Amino acid sequence: MKPPPFSYHAPASLPHALSLLAETGSDGKVLAGGQSLIPLLNMRLAAPAHLVDINGITELDRVDTDATGVRVGALARHSRVEADPAAAAAVPLLGQGLRLVAHPVIRNRGTTVGSLAHADPSAEMTAALALLGGSVVAASTDGERTIDVADFFVGPMESSLRTGELLVSAHFPRPPAGSGTAFAELARRHGDYAMCGVAALVTLDQDLRVCAARAAYLSVAPVPLVLDLTEPLAGRPPGTADFAAAGRMTRGRLEPEEDIHATAEYRAHLAEVLTARALREAAQAAIRTSLDPAESAREGAPT
Amino acid sequence: MSEELHEIRLRVNGAVHTATVPARRLLSDCLRHDLGLTGTHVGCEHGVCGACTVRIDGRPMRSCLMFAVTAQAHEITTVEGLAAADGTLHPVQRAFRECHGLQCGFCTPGFLNVAAAYLDDNPDPTEEQAREAIGGNLCRCTGYQNIVRAVLRAAELRRADGMPVPEQAAPEDARTPGDR
Amino acid sequence: MTTKMFGLPVQRTEDQRLITGKGGYLDDLGAGAYAAAFVRSPHAHARVRDIDVMAALEVDGLVAVYTHDDLTGPMAEPLPLLIPHPSILDGRTAHALAKEYVHHVGEPVAMVVARDRYIAEDVVERIAVDYEILDPVVGIEQALLAERVVHAGMGDNVAAHLVQEVGDARAAIAAAPNRLDVELDIERSACTPMEGRGVYARWDGPDQMLRLYSSTQTASGVRAAVAAKLELQLGQVEVVVPDVGGGFGVKIMHPWPEEVMVPWAARALGHEVKWTEDRREHFVAAAHERAQHQRVTVGFDDDGRLLGLDVDISHDNGAYLPYGVIVPIITSTQLLGPYKPGAYRVEFRSLYTTTAIVTPYRGAGRPQGVFAMERTMDAIAQHLGMDRAEVRAVNFIQPDEMPYDQGLLFQDGRPLIYDSGDYPTSLAMIKDLVGWDDFTAYREEARAQGRTVGLGLACYVEGTGPGPYEGGHVQVETNGKVRVATGLTSQGQGHQTVLAQIVADELGVPMSDIEVTTGDTRRMAYSVGTYASRGAIMSGSAVALAARRLREKALRIAADALEADSGDLEIVDGRIRVKGSPASGIELGTVAVLSNPLRYAFDEASKAATQFTGAADFAKPPVAEDDEPGLEGTDFYSPLRCTFASGMHAVIVETDPETADIKILRYCVVHDCGKLINPLIVEGQVHGGVAQGVAGALYERMAYDPGGQLLNASFMDFLMPYASEVPTIEIDHLETPSPLNPLGIKGAGEAGVIPGAAVLAAAIEDAEGFAIQRMPISPSELFHLRRRFASGEIAPLPGRAAPAPTNEQES
Repeated sequence: MKPPPFSYHAPASLPHALSLLAETGSDGKVLAGGQSLIPLLNMRLAAPAHLVDINGITELDRVDTDATGVRVGALARHSRVEADPAAAAAVPLLGQGLRLVAHPVIRNRGTTVGSLAHADPSAEMTAALALLGGSVVAASTDGERTIDVADFFVGPMESSLRTGELLVSAHFPRPPAGSGTAFAELARRHGDYAMCGVAALVTLDQDLRVCAARAAYLSVAPVPLVLDLTEPLAGRPPGTADFAAAGRMTRGRLEPEEDIHATAEYRAHLAEVLTARALREAAQAAIRTSLDPAESAREGAPT
Repeated sequence: MSEELHEIRLRVNGAVHTATVPARRLLSDCLRHDLGLTGTHVGCEHGVCGACTVRIDGRPMRSCLMFAVTAQAHEITTVEGLAAADGTLHPVQRAFRECHGLQCGFCTPGFLNVAAAYLDDNPDPTEEQAREAIGGNLCRCTGYQNIVRAVLRAAELRRADGMPVPEQAAPEDARTPGDR
Repeated sequence: MTTKMFGLPVQRTEDQRLITGKGGYLDDLGAGAYAAAFVRSPHAHARVRDIDVMAALEVDGLVAVYTHDDLTGPMAEPLPLLIPHPSILDGRTAHALAKEYVHHVGEPVAMVVARDRYIAEDVVERIAVDYEILDPVVGIEQALLAERVVHAGMGDNVAAHLVQEVGDARAAIAAAPNRLDVELDIERSACTPMEGRGVYARWDGPDQMLRLYSSTQTASGVRAAVAAKLELQLGQVEVVVPDVGGGFGVKIMHPWPEEVMVPWAARALGHEVKWTEDRREHFVAAAHERAQHQRVTVGFDDDGRLLGLDVDISHDNGAYLPYGVIVPIITSTQLLGPYKPGAYRVEFRSLYTTTAIVTPYRGAGRPQGVFAMERTMDAIAQHLGMDRAEVRAVNFIQPDEMPYDQGLLFQDGRPLIYDSGDYPTSLAMIKDLVGWDDFTAYREEARAQGRTVGLGLACYVEGTGPGPYEGGHVQVETNGKVRVATGLTSQGQGHQTVLAQIVADELGVPMSDIEVTTGDTRRMAYSVGTYASRGAIMSGSAVALAARRLREKALRIAADALEADSGDLEIVDGRIRVKGSPASGIELGTVAVLSNPLRYAFDEASKAATQFTGAADFAKPPVAEDDEPGLEGTDFYSPLRCTFASGMHAVIVETDPETADIKILRYCVVHDCGKLINPLIVEGQVHGGVAQGVAGALYERMAYDPGGQLLNASFMDFLMPYASEVPTIEIDHLETPSPLNPLGIKGAGEAGVIPGAAVLAAAIEDAEGFAIQRMPISPSELFHLRRRFASGEIAPLPGRAAPAPTNEQES
């Protein structure tokens, strides 16, 4: 299990990286954290002729938080995003999801944006971006373009990133005031890809009644699917809301597939159960943050 | 046909090493076969088992998921660099021996690196935290029970040694992201 | 007196090098060696029509490519069938490189030698093999059906068939007041040591000597097999086993194709060659175990006492049968556990399939046997409405019935006679440890909280320490250091420590003066290997006997030097002295000097042994007729038969009513391996065994698709548990010494894994209220069982409620 040969490029600046990607075209592949790419190389399931290593482009190693949300640069490691207090306060879902991404050692090297570029429908960060309705910025020698998450993930391991483009950042929008988020998933082993995972967002109105609820799913559809589940919950205080009914709304709307770990039917069942759990947890978080906005920082803080 | 080679300089355990390697040379192989530091073991080469874990600028990472050429910018610590220069064992080494935290010893270097780095940040873990801390490394021999015990024991030894506690007075979530 | 080391939780002497990165595992050796890689079959069953290497020849760094056509003599013949047995009907083994046919994915077809492994893999990718694809045979059902046949020339897939019977079981069952049929399945798993296999060979041309390093559990076995294949004399082959990163059984299999190809290539090339197995290779090209289908028919009286037991086992042995039928024999015999079965009949068929070979994995057939017996015990209890522990108790062999002859032939070809054991005490201890009698109340409490919990119990007896023999060699150097050697190998069990503990006590020397070597044919040529929980028993006894011989000689020489009676001497801290007058004594190292009469002095100490120094007895030659020079002792331990360890596990699980997730709340073990040499190490062995038991019950399986492709040949998808999946293990020890060996010990290496599937099935069944008959079980599978239970397709256990009507419509 040794990687095949490739030509190695280590640009020190973004323009240099983009020109290398333009030159190498479809033969070029970006190396960031490498935690998904290098296993594929070692197993010789991928054999790019050129690797463009962006680890030296320090300007991409950033996490910026403002009123709109959190912008994560292409070289920010999962562990850095997870440990960023401002990001955690703005978008608690980041921390809630990141701590389910593999194990800490992998998160020390793997990058959040790299995981998005990988477009794995079993990944937590794709679901988080989808749930929040975020966007990504792709750069090439032709300039930059912002791609809405809805247009970014087009299939399993397939994004709308074009040849020659580098994903330079992702924007995770701050959820509306009165919102709470939660992640619920079941994996065979702690840290494995989930058999099914649900990221939920519940928004409460001034009277602490549900006014919006939606969930994003991992491992049950070819792309990170987002469902609006407001209807059975609308106008209810979280204490009496029928989250199970919201769970049942997933029926027939997912496309789970069978693998050696779980049948499609079981995954669909999990989606239903975990939807209810994640929504309930998100609603409780929404109550806490509604009552005490500072709570939000604690929700997403690393454990 | 022959492959392009790169002259690289790696800082490992405080010493600078040079090697001539192809770009695809995994850091794990470079450490083991180019530098002769065979204490770092290779158990799966797809990043799951953790036997190859080394510390890169203090943070544990999989050396099988990194190319040697990429590792040049960093300070690398392997199991050979855990003990003090005079041979005094690191608290995690002493604790693993004391608690029978290893059997065949193949996974051990990875566990030692993970535990040492974890205790630098979390000097006083609970049993549950200790178990979680080593939760990304595979061991086939011990059932992990004595490894968990060893992490807790290492924390005790560390404190007894008066090892520096990081600027831990502030809660962990108050640290700035750049200080790693 | 020197402190007695036997029984103390001594820290391991191995650890200093292993925690500092100074261990020497196979791939740590041979820095200048060429690297080998293998072209392996991507098909489960195929005929090799052509191998085209042309595209590979241009790769810079390529040294050689070999196929079966390059092999001659014994190398071209099939690999040996290691353990012949009369039940084997058609014993097929692989070739070192495939000869015309391949019978499983991963089978080596060509060998590549190159400057390094990266290049070797580049070459492997460029070698084009033209295969004619043949029909795969996957799983026991297909193998039995025999619509497709694995091996040409066979009419079906039955490799071996054996019936053993004690009494007339079928008649006893027919006459019994109660009768049950139980049908069970266990899937494949594998040892999966963290270090795969590996072989490194050096051929010394001028000396015509082969030095072979292998990550193996048998140095002497590999030596004999490689010598035969390479047509060398045994004396031309040295096998050295370096640090081994775990074995668990898979490395007792030998010689592997790679194990003969690497030294063969090293000799052909006149250059060192090394092969280090990678993880994917280990999954597809090493060995698996466990898969069996079992049908049990049992007759019993109204107290739950067994009257007759009839078991039919279909055992999947994979593509070849190099290790014979040891695994199904062990299942057949060890199934009986601590019980008296009444009349017993057991029949097995060992079946070829086009999948990786099956050879012993820790427990070696016992987990399956215990699964059959313990599932049956639970079924009897449920049928009669009895307490599950009580049904077991009424069937126990009692301590005063030992030794107890089960009337069968065991895996070592010798009678299945239990030497000692106290099962009633063991049961009382496990009930106490887990809180058996309080569980009903706990279950009710949990139920009130909406939680589902279950309790399971499983018992086993394990024959350990089979012969034929192991040897020990103990030598005192002139500096007083003690060198100990035994032939079997070590892969984490701490033999260096426990053997030193034993020798320290026998010789009265500190452990720090003792150095132990295992698995090196240069130091101990006669040996068998490390398997069947035999290391401590066999080599422990052998080095104890060897040390006793040495001690006797040392005392005799010292008695002469001190002008004392040897019966009045003792050895304390490496010094022989007269009891009661400690000032009068002689160092063991000095005795070593005196033991070797010299003509030439080489240092100050050796002057004492030269010709003109001592007061010689001119009536005797310098070395007596029945003596030999040197202070060393060699002895061999060869047991009459196995010694039988035993134990009981009890588990409490919680199953999530919604997600069907399975969580272990408590895992309790009562373990009896006779006298404990080192409790720290024994507990470590139990922990590791239990972890593998849990793994095999809840996480691990070999997922072959119908085409014979292994779908989960990586650690991503083969779910070896992390710390997060292994429960904390609570252990209580019982020590019933073995009367069979000089130390009173029994094996401990495998025990922990044995009842894993049985005890977890019992606990999940108890939680769910319907039968669990197939292991491992995943949440997904439990979910589907619940569905079938809810629909009435699966009956509730006797005495348990039918499924509650769901208030919610299932989709």
